[in-house]
Amino acid sequence: MSSTTDQQLRKILTDVLGLKPGQADGFDADTGLFGHLPELDSMAVAGLLTEMEDRLDIVIEDDEVDGELLETYGALLAFAEAKREAA
Amino acid sequence: MTPASYPCPRPSDPGAPEYALAFDRGQAVRLLIIPALFDEGHKLRRLCVEVMRRLDGSGVDSFLPDLPGTNESTADLTGLTLADWASAMTAAADHFRATHVLAVRGGGLIVPPGLPGWCYGPVKGSSLLRTMLRARVLSAREAGREESGEGLLVEAQEHGIELAGYRLGAGMVQHLQAAQPATLAEIAQDVVGGSPLWLRAEPDYAPSQADALAAYLTMAVRA
Repeated sequence: MSSTTDQQLRKILTDVLGLKPGQADGFDADTGLFGHLPELDSMAVAGLLTEMEDRLDIVIEDDEVDGELLETYGALLAFAEAKREAA
Repeated sequence: MTPASYPCPRPSDPGAPEYALAFDRGQAVRLLIIPALFDEGHKLRRLCVEVMRRLDGSGVDSFLPDLPGTNESTADLTGLTLADWASAMTAAADHFRATHVLAVRGGGLIVPPGLPGWCYGPVKGSSLLRTMLRARVLSAREAGREESGEGLLVEAQEHGIELAGYRLGAGMVQHLQAAQPATLAEIAQDVVGGSPLWLRAEPDYAPSQADALAAYLTMAVRA
């Protein structure tokens, strides 16, 4: 379950950031996202969140989205996994 | 490829011209391409035009009309709804004598009735609206203003709103919230390969995706 969420999240980031296949395999828990990747502007983050909802079958509330959530890959993955467990 | 125009019904002017890109050699198969909506339209325009070039080489004519209130159009977007865009696409289909239709993403919400065709990456109107509202909430937060998506939606349905650089009237917001894609055959991303260009943070282009989409359509229009 958790590894599936991990794989799907890497795939979503690959699509949004236009990464080459396999490039997201190098992301670890400390890999910086928002604030570290200039292409992740508010429109891209909004698309990322909608895509996470669709593909992971979760609902993300506005007030759950803050700087910390998007700070690192590890934080985003932990959030997605917790959401799926609660669903 | 030539710039063309089609007469578009507007409340104030029943035959106002709107631009379209056209590959017209008088072929029997004539494909109307209904563009993706809002920011996705920009991200997918090059793909659409590259598909048109390839179709031209395969003996298929194609037409990419402007939606009133966007691109070269002088119409005021604020007064328009999805119903106006659907009327515009029907007018374009009639004018260019389209035999088939390809709707791209939100273009599937404004398909003219009665033509066989396909939708690449169909999406609900509410999903497009949710993403644009979310982008606005996020950028407001970066600027130190707190807005809520739900609050904005309620207000937008009554008074309209500016989202992703587009000034949408209340009618457009109401239509988007309710709109479902037309029942056309779906073209999934597997057919096109790679990852969807509308998701890219930076607009991008993939020749292999244009090749695959054009090859699929060339076979499908003759099936």
